[in-house]
Amino acid sequence: MPAPIRLRELIRTIRTARTQAEEREMIQKESAAIRSSFREEDNTYRCRNVAKLLYMHMLGYPAHFGQLECLKLIASQKFTDKRIGYLGAMLLLDERQDVHLLMTNCIKNDLNHSTQYVQGLALCTLGCMGSSEMCRDLAGEVEKLLKTSNSYLRKKAALCAVHVIRKVPELMEMFLPATKNLLSEKNHGVLHTSVVLLTEMCERSPDMLSHFRKLVPQLVRILKNLIMSGYSPEHDVSGISDPFLQVRILRLLRILGKGDDDSSEAMNDILAQVATNTETSKNVGNAILYETVLTIMDIKSESGLRVLAINILGRFLLNNDKNIRYVALTSLLKTVQTDHNAVQRHRSTIVDCLKDLDVSIKRRAMELSFALVNGNNIRGMMKELLYFLDSCDPEFKADCASGIFLAAEKYAPSKRWHIDTIMRVLTTAGSYVRDDCVPNLIQLITNSVEMHAYTVQRLYKALLDDISQQPFVQVSSWCIGEYGDLLVSGQCEEEDPIQVTEDEVLDVLEGLLASNLSSPVTRGYALTAVMKLSTRLSSVNRIKKVVSIYGSSIDVELQQRAVEYNALFKKYDHMRCALLERMPIMEKAAANGPTETVQTNGEAEPAGLEPKHPPTIIQPANQANDLLDLLGGNDVVPVISTAPAMKPASAGGELLDLLGGLSLSAPTPAPPIPMSQPPFLLDGLSSQPLFNDIATGIPPMTAYNKNGLKIDFTFERSNTNPNIAIITIHAANSTEAEMTNFVFQAAVPKTFQLQLLSPSSSIIPALNQGPVTQVIKVLNPQKQQLRMRIKLTYNHKGSPVQDLAEVNNFPPQSWQ
Amino acid sequence: MIKAILIFNNHGKPRLIRFYQYFAEDMQQQIIRETFHLVSKRDDNVCNFLEGGSLIGGSDYKLIYRHYATLYFVFCVDSSESELGILDLIQVFVETLDKCFENVCELDLIFHMDKVHYILQEVVMGGMVLETNMNEIVAQVELQNRMEKSEFVFISRM
Repeated sequence: MPAPIRLRELIRTIRTARTQAEEREMIQKESAAIRSSFREEDNTYRCRNVAKLLYMHMLGYPAHFGQLECLKLIASQKFTDKRIGYLGAMLLLDERQDVHLLMTNCIKNDLNHSTQYVQGLALCTLGCMGSSEMCRDLAGEVEKLLKTSNSYLRKKAALCAVHVIRKVPELMEMFLPATKNLLSEKNHGVLHTSVVLLTEMCERSPDMLSHFRKLVPQLVRILKNLIMSGYSPEHDVSGISDPFLQVRILRLLRILGKGDDDSSEAMNDILAQVATNTETSKNVGNAILYETVLTIMDIKSESGLRVLAINILGRFLLNNDKNIRYVALTSLLKTVQTDHNAVQRHRSTIVDCLKDLDVSIKRRAMELSFALVNGNNIRGMMKELLYFLDSCDPEFKADCASGIFLAAEKYAPSKRWHIDTIMRVLTTAGSYVRDDCVPNLIQLITNSVEMHAYTVQRLYKALLDDISQQPFVQVSSWCIGEYGDLLVSGQCEEEDPIQVTEDEVLDVLEGLLASNLSSPVTRGYALTAVMKLSTRLSSVNRIKKVVSIYGSSIDVELQQRAVEYNALFKKYDHMRCALLERMPIMEKAAANGPTETVQTNGEAEPAGLEPKHPPTIIQPANQANDLLDLLGGNDVVPVISTAPAMKPASAGGELLDLLGGLSLSAPTPAPPIPMSQPPFLLDGLSSQPLFNDIATGIPPMTAYNKNGLKIDFTFERSNTNPNIAIITIHAANSTEAEMTNFVFQAAVPKTFQLQLLSPSSSIIPALNQGPVTQVIKVLNPQKQQLRMRIKLTYNHKGSPVQDLAEVNNFPPQSWQ
Repeated sequence: MIKAILIFNNHGKPRLIRFYQYFAEDMQQQIIRETFHLVSKRDDNVCNFLEGGSLIGGSDYKLIYRHYATLYFVFCVDSSESELGILDLIQVFVETLDKCFENVCELDLIFHMDKVHYILQEVVMGGMVLETNMNEIVAQVELQNRMEKSEFVFISRM
């Protein structure tokens, strides 16, 4: 058999191949030759063949048949054979193959070989791919070599020990005695690997950590020598003496100093020294500084040092080198939790990084920006973030949009700003927002009552431009459905109202229904919006036509809706108004925060004492199907979001039943109101700026006067909705004893709607000393005569009192 | 810990592959392809750090790479390694190659793949940095080569 070709030849041949197929053919031919050569047990050329095999393995071709050959090479006496044999073992073998155990004996022998390079090979192989069994068997040998004076072997033994510890953690104690004088070595290679070994041991075991704390002074000394020693040619990298060792030591110091005052104190000086003396013009200097900064932030350093560290990071941010900027952003992200104020100082630089071309830097800057947003800088930051959202890659848009929503929710300075921001996000990145933002946004819009006209106008205008972004279109069509009347009547206060006719509004909605861009969900929204407009606009016939067309739509969901709405027109027309009334304010399903009643009342009485605090409305996501839920839910005029009283509205409820139902059971706690609402809550108590303060000339009346309790009604008209009358009751107690646990309940005929706000107090002081007030809002769309039945319960002189009364003497102006 | 060291050229052909954690063969080739794909897209003036691809492991892993002429040197590391330090390490490694091969170029790596492995073995062992002193590394490699040569009989081995 001719001598197998050399590795060089093989490589040359393979390079001449012009196609993948040609290459494969050549490799297969050579593989076959190698295999037959192996079968012949040829010792001379085995190393050559294995070398070729490794080359083919690198290109991706199968080479497993060479595994045993590697073992044979390792067992050979020649250094050449051993060298390639061990390399092959490291590349081709691993602990999953049983074959590898056969190596154990060879390695053991080689660890005790007379030639240090053979020992080195053995250590290297054991340290790379030694399995736990092998490590257990050979740990003793490694430990012996750890104590040798030969620095070449010592450093390899140290790293091998790390591997052994990783595979078999129980053996860690075994290496402890050998570590005693590792740090007194002069050789930097040994020092370096020793520090790695110590680091590994400290990370794995807290006992070791406390044991090694006593090494801190020694480490500090070594570091000092490195910095002060001046130029030493063998360890020099770009003018700094062995930066790799410095970085390693700093890292170990970080682990040792974390959470420990004494060690941290011992390190303070040297850290300050490194931080101020290191050259920053080259990458090496920056690597050391970076490590120093991380260490300073992690240990219990003094505040001066921390400030120094953050300033270094700030300088990094201004560096031209992108790598440095990236690294600075990463570490600022880690420290922003603990040193928030210090990082805030660099906010403008961080925000500038958003405009960087580099994807990695942009991502880091975005994360950091979100972490830095707070109530003070929200406006400025949001501007930058919105600009970023406009121009960034699609992979960022989803994260950015979610981040913006969260930040806006937490820190929005005003409702209008909040709504503007969200609309901006929807119009720029509308297709990337998460699904739950649509209901969240709708809830937000419902809650900001005075912004309804403004919101719907802006949404309408934006909708005219672009109907392709589904979440945005869904929100817009919902709003147009709800507040279409405001749109058409041009009531916007915040900006110039636009002139929109009913037909134009319906055109837009019909366009959405017909467009190919709209998803089925969007169409559902649009159809329901059209239907809602039937009670708000006057072009009912047109709406009827639209709805009946979709009664035969292919989409089952759409068809069902259309058919049901059709039925609403035909058979249930009397219910249509009630069903399609304005949505009440929705509360978030999950209460986030303590359920204080402080928001609704001057007093912070827990909900239990005030059975008057009725259950809140928890409206689920506002899919249009909720319309039908309104029947079972509560029809309350949506105004201020204090805990609204509910009349459990059964669609034909009698007055008496309603009252009975009002002695309510478990009062659920008042919902937490989003923080941007405080002005409104307090207003609920006293004068309501929303409402027309000036008496519109409706005379007050006495509703009830018995047993010393006198209740007066005063009237106002709401100026957002002329159908709403606001009645303020004043309850006064002329007896000598106070009345406690005072509860006022009211019911009205079914064509009305009632909302009862919380009373100012449940105790009416004696002798007319201070009346208790409570606000009732009555919606009277059909302008019928107002009648009211009231029920009073209170404790007087220790005994409970209950009374029912009917109030019929309302002045005509209050309900016309 | 260094998870893998990959050297490939501008067309993605591997010149040196070293994994310090077990991956099956086809997985290895896939990782090479994916890494090349990620790294070749990068402009020359962006930073040298990339979040690791999905194959090579989760969020703890970064790709740190340097581009020299026709070759990409990619180190895949986890968070226990200093990113800037690894950049320096790549530089040290390349300069060592330069010293060993005298003005190293891609062809040297192609035809002496095994020698490159031996040099790398003196720098990184088991995924951890062993020696960073260039002269020391070169000296040791030289001695070992001489040992090989002394076993040189009539027929050349490789």
